[in-house]
Amino acid sequence: MGLTFQSTQSTALKDLFKIEKTDDQYVIALAGNPNTGKSTVFNVLTGLRQHTGNWPGKTVVNARGQFKYNKKEFILVDLPGTYSIFASSVEEEVAREFLCFGNPDAVIVVVDATCLERNLNLVYQIMELTNNVILCINLIDEARKKNIIIDSEGISKELGIPVVLCAARSGLGIKELKDTLYKVCERKIIPSPKTVIYNDDIEEKLKEIQPLIEEYLTKEKYINGNGINSRWLALRILDGDSKLIKSISSNFNIDIYRFKDMGELSGLSSDDTKRSNLRDLISESIYKKAEMVKEKYVREDKNKIKRDRKIDSYVTSKHFGIPLMLLLLGIILWITIKGANYPSSVIADFLFGIEDKLTLWFKSMNYPEWLHGLLILGIYRTLAWVVSVMLPPMAIFFPLFTILEDLGYLPRVAFNLDHLFKKAYAHGKQCLTMCMGFGCNAAGVTACRIIDSPREKLIATLTNNFVPCNGRFPTLIAISAVFLAAKEGSSLILPTLSVTGLIILGILVTLLMSYVLSKTILKGIPSTFTLELPPYRMPQIGRVLYTSIIDRTIFVLWRAIIVAAPAGAITWLLANIHIGNSSILNHLATFFDPFAKFIGLDGFIIMAFILGLPANEIVLPILLMSYLSTGSMIEFESIESLRKILLDNGWTYLTALNTMLFSLLHWPCGTTILTIKKETGSWKWTALGILIPTCVAIFTCFITTTIFRIFGWA
Amino acid sequence: MSKLNDIPAGNYVKVKDLLSDGMLRERMLALGLTKGAKIEVVQHGPSGDPTIYNIRGAMIALRKEEASLILVTPC
Repeated sequence: MGLTFQSTQSTALKDLFKIEKTDDQYVIALAGNPNTGKSTVFNVLTGLRQHTGNWPGKTVVNARGQFKYNKKEFILVDLPGTYSIFASSVEEEVAREFLCFGNPDAVIVVVDATCLERNLNLVYQIMELTNNVILCINLIDEARKKNIIIDSEGISKELGIPVVLCAARSGLGIKELKDTLYKVCERKIIPSPKTVIYNDDIEEKLKEIQPLIEEYLTKEKYINGNGINSRWLALRILDGDSKLIKSISSNFNIDIYRFKDMGELSGLSSDDTKRSNLRDLISESIYKKAEMVKEKYVREDKNKIKRDRKIDSYVTSKHFGIPLMLLLLGIILWITIKGANYPSSVIADFLFGIEDKLTLWFKSMNYPEWLHGLLILGIYRTLAWVVSVMLPPMAIFFPLFTILEDLGYLPRVAFNLDHLFKKAYAHGKQCLTMCMGFGCNAAGVTACRIIDSPREKLIATLTNNFVPCNGRFPTLIAISAVFLAAKEGSSLILPTLSVTGLIILGILVTLLMSYVLSKTILKGIPSTFTLELPPYRMPQIGRVLYTSIIDRTIFVLWRAIIVAAPAGAITWLLANIHIGNSSILNHLATFFDPFAKFIGLDGFIIMAFILGLPANEIVLPILLMSYLSTGSMIEFESIESLRKILLDNGWTYLTALNTMLFSLLHWPCGTTILTIKKETGSWKWTALGILIPTCVAIFTCFITTTIFRIFGWA
Repeated sequence: MSKLNDIPAGNYVKVKDLLSDGMLRERMLALGLTKGAKIEVVQHGPSGDPTIYNIRGAMIALRKEEASLILVTPC
């Protein structure tokens, strides 16, 4: 089986350690608790655009970027958020490995100004590891809104390291951060961290071990401060973290096992209970210090903090929680459907108007029919369909979803649905990866990295496809609009409800299949789960809308050129190259037709889904292309013509329902398939990732068809 | 001494001990659940589970399986 703890870890490390640097470059690690705006700091410093969503665990890929300051180049590595250096998850292990062995020249620890106490745990741990630490207290604007006042100079004196207050989102404090970073790297500021002093017992043991380690290290030519911190190493030997000790041994090529006995000599054995007591004591001491620092240097206004609580008392409440979620989903869909209507018509008129002109021009130039067919009827028409029908809904839904994400709503969704996921034996974080699938299934699959246990990660990966991605929404919307909205301009409530219903069905299928997988091929025990609910943060709506719409539009246009155009060309060719007495397309459609009719579809629909493998948004355009290529002469003046085309080709309510169901449940798109292969490293699981949805889709369509036929509705 | 999952919303308690071990224990310590830490039970989810706890200023949701491993006494 390809997916083991080893493989996920080693691939992740391989991503990290390829940092080659010159003498004029500094490698800087960006560490911090999850959800502290670390990635925003990263973006602002490097100018890259890594998306920053407001939910814990968002950074799953280690991002790297660079920037110049005062003629020096800084390579910045954005580590996943971690609560501690003592890894309790794969992500944290990855971050820990880089901090310990990636040899950064400096570490910037980003903390949340509104939650300083908890964040200081990591800061103190990192201060024990290396001297070159800079504390970046971020989200200072959020803190001000809550009347939280922080004495940064006091904290700086207390900790012995430079402190910079930031509001990365608006660029506040960034220049100071760069400047401080420069000075630390150039040794103009020399931080001298005042680490935590532990109880007498521990400190005495350290006094025994530390000199021995230092002697050994200097003998082996490691200089303290530019390699391993001897006190830190002594502490690790005492608390006997065998995995970490093994890592240290192999990464630094030193024989640390010789010190294993030190732990025993000094009276602290490798007895598990004694060891975990030591970890407890260490954590306790660090938190006592953190509490003290917070008491002394942070002023809070208890009343202002209540705002989030009040909101959450509704959003996550027993009675309102889930209905509110459904309502929100419905509203977003309604806005998408309604908002896309007008732009779609306008773009369609424009683009298809040009098509007529192009056709005239072709005729006047006496170019051959087939060229006109291939270029205009094939490529151009498909492009026109994708841009006019598919683009507007995608460009509206995605930004709205991003706003919800940035607001911090997704963890609340995970909280509300958790009891269902628990019943399905799925990991609590699967809800988050499922939500990611709404944007893009490939992104959802990548997001599954936040789930540590391989078994649950696989379940989340294999079921991600059951929520409709951005590319499938327009198909669902278009079909439901055609069949449920009486005429142009009528109320769009029914299509909204039906698409909402389909999404709920998708979620239910996700839960059901997770349960089935947990009971059959992916048996195992559910793992532990803690979910942090970050404070609500007002997204900069204007900026999000603007960048998201532009971003989406460019993406869809690019995809249209790369994928839709060739697909349109191929479809036209298949429809117009004749073998025997009929076109290839007809042959293929006829081949699939009996099977298709059996499950309430037709051969052309199946063909369209197959040809639409590269990108889901081209399925409907390809289907229309195929229908039109069989000879009907329809002019499209508006989306209305969509209805005529479908009805003319034998569509009934059953066909519409089944096509929507098939779109919801069928095999993943090409990008997702490749992503599954990349993330699981196994052809076996990738094949299952294709097979399972396909079977579910076929089965579901079969059921509806049978029901319809039994009741004589079809 | 009681288990955290038995404490209803609106109460404040102090951590006495952790019954977890391994990675879960490490995670709990990292979240701030050390001896003597104050916890506020904020809200129960739809259908009672998970529950939101205020731990050192952060809102953390724990399932009852995890919460039952935290022994607490009233503040």
